[in-house]
Amino acid sequence: MTTSSYPILIIIVPLMTSFLIPLVGWWRKRFCYPLMIAALSISTFSSVAILNEVIEQGTLHYYLGNWDPPWGIEYVFDHLNAFVAVIVSVISLLIGISSKSMVEKEFSQKATYFYCLFLLQVTGLLGIVVTGDAFNLYVFLEIASLAGYTLIAIGEDGAPFASFNYMLYGTVGACFYLLGVGYLYIVTGSLNMADLARLLPGLYHSKVVLMAFAFFIVGVAIKMALFPVHVWLPDAYTYAPSAVSSLVAPLTTKVGAYVAIRIMYTIFTPSFTRDLVPAATILSWISASAILFGCILALAQTDLKRMLAYVLVAEMGYIALGIGLANKNGLMGAILHIQNDALMMASLFLVVGVLASKTGFRNIYQFKNIHKKMPITMAIFVVSALSIIGIPPTCGFFSKWYLLLGAIDGHQWFFVAVLLASSLFNAILFFRVIEIVYFSPSEECEHGAGPVGKSLDEAPLSVLIPMILLALGILLLGVLSGKIISTIIQFAIPKGL
Amino acid sequence: MKIKERGLPLEWIVSKYNYWIYILLMMIGFYAMIGKKNLVKKVIGMNIFQTSIILYFISIGSKKGATIPVVEHGHGGTIQAIQYINPIPHVLMLTAIVVMVSTFGVAMALIIMIYRKYHTIEEDEILKLR
Amino acid sequence: MHLINPEVLQVIAPFEDVIIRTVCRLLIPFIQLYGLYVIAHGAESPGGGFQGGVILGASFILLSLAYDVDEVRKRVSEKKNLIFCSVGLLIYSGIGAVCLALGGNYLNYSRLHHLLPVDPVYARALGIFGIEVGVGITVMAVMVSIFFDLASNHEDQGERTSLGMDR
Repeated sequence: MTTSSYPILIIIVPLMTSFLIPLVGWWRKRFCYPLMIAALSISTFSSVAILNEVIEQGTLHYYLGNWDPPWGIEYVFDHLNAFVAVIVSVISLLIGISSKSMVEKEFSQKATYFYCLFLLQVTGLLGIVVTGDAFNLYVFLEIASLAGYTLIAIGEDGAPFASFNYMLYGTVGACFYLLGVGYLYIVTGSLNMADLARLLPGLYHSKVVLMAFAFFIVGVAIKMALFPVHVWLPDAYTYAPSAVSSLVAPLTTKVGAYVAIRIMYTIFTPSFTRDLVPAATILSWISASAILFGCILALAQTDLKRMLAYVLVAEMGYIALGIGLANKNGLMGAILHIQNDALMMASLFLVVGVLASKTGFRNIYQFKNIHKKMPITMAIFVVSALSIIGIPPTCGFFSKWYLLLGAIDGHQWFFVAVLLASSLFNAILFFRVIEIVYFSPSEECEHGAGPVGKSLDEAPLSVLIPMILLALGILLLGVLSGKIISTIIQFAIPKGL
Repeated sequence: MKIKERGLPLEWIVSKYNYWIYILLMMIGFYAMIGKKNLVKKVIGMNIFQTSIILYFISIGSKKGATIPVVEHGHGGTIQAIQYINPIPHVLMLTAIVVMVSTFGVAMALIIMIYRKYHTIEEDEILKLR
Repeated sequence: MHLINPEVLQVIAPFEDVIIRTVCRLLIPFIQLYGLYVIAHGAESPGGGFQGGVILGASFILLSLAYDVDEVRKRVSEKKNLIFCSVGLLIYSGIGAVCLALGGNYLNYSRLHHLLPVDPVYARALGIFGIEVGVGITVMAVMVSIFFDLASNHEDQGERTSLGMDR
């Protein structure tokens, strides 16, 4: 067991700060934002330190309450865990920094509660990634989900109803996960993930284990917004306020994908998922339809935020395809795409948030020639769009490359065709927006002055700097993809693949 | 229906009655979540859905002739696990009940926000007004 | 289906009944005492933090059913509810953090024997009691807050501005 305290600091600091913020907010409202940034910074620092230790020493274990597993709850950090934890904490720090101006503009009298719920959401997401106990994951999953429902409901006109629908879907998903945990507890008597992985192989012939697997997969698919059960996602992410959608869109679904990897390859070994039950095959076909469906529906949208929500459905299809291919290259592509998609979605949703708050609308056709007033913002949009299409040296190219290699390794030529076709669809999608913005005739300018006669200018600095950092990250991490794969992701692949 | 003549062993139904009950409750709750138009009825369906899972967990921890898992004062000697029902599902379900109550609270707050805006809580009327 | 407007109901039939008020006034202290008993006896009998907290919250809800909701809401304001909520949760995580600071893992109550004059095994029992108290306070505040949000007319909250984006 590790003796350093970083494994627990990554959870405790945002959690206790979110309890402190309402008290501090009643006393002095100005201190809430610095307190939140401080908590997120400590959490980011801890996660980077943990990643460092894991690269040097291997898997870390931390026992809560000093009770040995399987009697107690433990936090396990292996390469996959630590990597996703770093992604979640860095992105939530950047979004947290940028949230201030949007909060002040849209709902300043509820700012205290917003910061408190923001930190609760981040705690929940980090807890899902960090824990090594199956029931503890359910607890953190519900913390993150409840904070998410509340945050989304603060938004504009259709937001409470969209959040209500999201809540119905999300509760069903979490309850199915709980049922899966219960079925596994009946046959094995244990709740610890490593212990389950040890005890289950002798029980693979039993129907109870098969039902547990089915419940797990359906529950996680709802949380991950996989194709047939993604219906809650477009409405929820479109009507949410900009500060919220830029937090939940990159992170919530990716953490769901991480849970899927854990269930399919750590708790149930690849010999079950790939050989005994055709689960990986079914998942790969569903994800191929998710990719196509997401891209085609995104083409039909004129609202920029709604288009990005459907692109997110397609991106989750990529990650699920990588998981379903069940070979080394595919899974490496999926894990790399978790990182890349988090960066791309964060920067895209921040751009849309800035555009919406400055101009007051989100229709694509009203953004003509806006690059003259907001050059840096649109440049960041172009970089992120190129990454989604998959053009080197942005990071999106490398994860798609590994997914293609994985599909070729598995001799699945249909999936190769789907991946290439979806790149074409994404190109059509984003070049349409880029053409409207950059290449319209220069006298057409429908946006004019912003609300209340303010002149339209560049985004405020607190939003601009995180956006620039995200865009630089997209470019840099693309170039460094080889190093990331060789030091981290290569060891994150579970045994047996 | 003559069960014996069809060859269905009766013990499937009688000995596993707790599973049948929980699935029945879960499907009732699920139908209410999908089929009813009133938002409050949907929330009640969600509640029944979650309650059925709690009932299921509790039922798998019980043992024949056993008592509640509280050790009395002044108990000397060893404790035989066969005399006490399994406390772990109860502990897990305490957490699940708390989650259920919180979800219910959030759902009610959302319904109030929706009512203030649309002055109705029927789903089809809200979709027309949106 | 439209819900009945609560303001109209208030004007037509203000709720006053001597029997209910007297009985509630006699019973509520005992209910609260029982709630504290349930919190403290979590280890000896069915009970614990959440259950006792719900009973304590139910006593306040009974009070607001017997008397006017807005009257009770003036005395147990939203600010006090929020402070109780946060304080209870800070007690829980604070005890865990104290154990962390004293050298053990998080929530390792045996480390509390450095602070309290008991042996490490008994310190675990006292640690659990401490966090149950924290949970009870928070659950009481949340139950009362949920009920007040649903039942009151929000007359004291002034003009409600729209929380959406200006489009």
